[in-house]
Amino acid sequence: MPNPKRRHSQKRTSTRRAHDALKSHSLSECPNCHEKKMPHRACVKCGYYKGREVVEVKEAS
Amino acid sequence: MRHKVAGYKLGRNTAHRRSLLRNLVTSVIVEERIETTIPKAKAAKPIVEKMITLGKRGDLAARRLAGAYLMTDEALVKLFDTVGPRFGDRNGGYTRIIRTGWNKGDGADKAFLELLGSEKVLDEKREKRAENRAKKNAEARKAMEDAEAQAQHDGGIEPVKEESEDKK
Repeated sequence: MPNPKRRHSQKRTSTRRAHDALKSHSLSECPNCHEKKMPHRACVKCGYYKGREVVEVKEAS
Repeated sequence: MRHKVAGYKLGRNTAHRRSLLRNLVTSVIVEERIETTIPKAKAAKPIVEKMITLGKRGDLAARRLAGAYLMTDEALVKLFDTVGPRFGDRNGGYTRIIRTGWNKGDGADKAFLELLGSEKVLDEKREKRAENRAKKNAEARKAMEDAEAQAQHDGGIEPVKEESEDKK
């Protein structure tokens, strides 16, 4: 079976991983409640999508 | 070339998938709106639209074809009596998928699959539900108050503290 010939340095590992970082989601603003929301999705905070209420959101009591 | 248009398998064998889709389609027609995962909504959407096209045709052959697919007579009657005529002046695109969010447990992407013009029906449904709930709450409250009055009448050694639970 083939085996590695040389030790892998920490630098080599970290250099490879330099491009592995996750990018954050680009959020859009809800036109109804002005909270940040995921694009193309009903707003989690107010339940609105495309100008009307889509989901009933439970009020925090 | 019909490459990459194989459709959705949904991790099920043929019979299981067919049952699932029949159930989903029946539910959409009866309930106007269902919440499901996005792949399931996308798989059910074209079938719902085909059913509505049958509903618009409205002849006996169409009725039998739709009846062979839908799970309940209720759905069949609704499809031909209310849903079909409702979309008489529209050529396709009878349904809408609205992405909503994710399941807490497994992170599945959820969406509503709904018939266009379902807003009115759903609002009515919601109002009815709220009414029923209010009625039920009032009844429960009354029963509780009666019981309390009865307890105090009987002796009233232990004052019953149930008000905090009563308020929702």
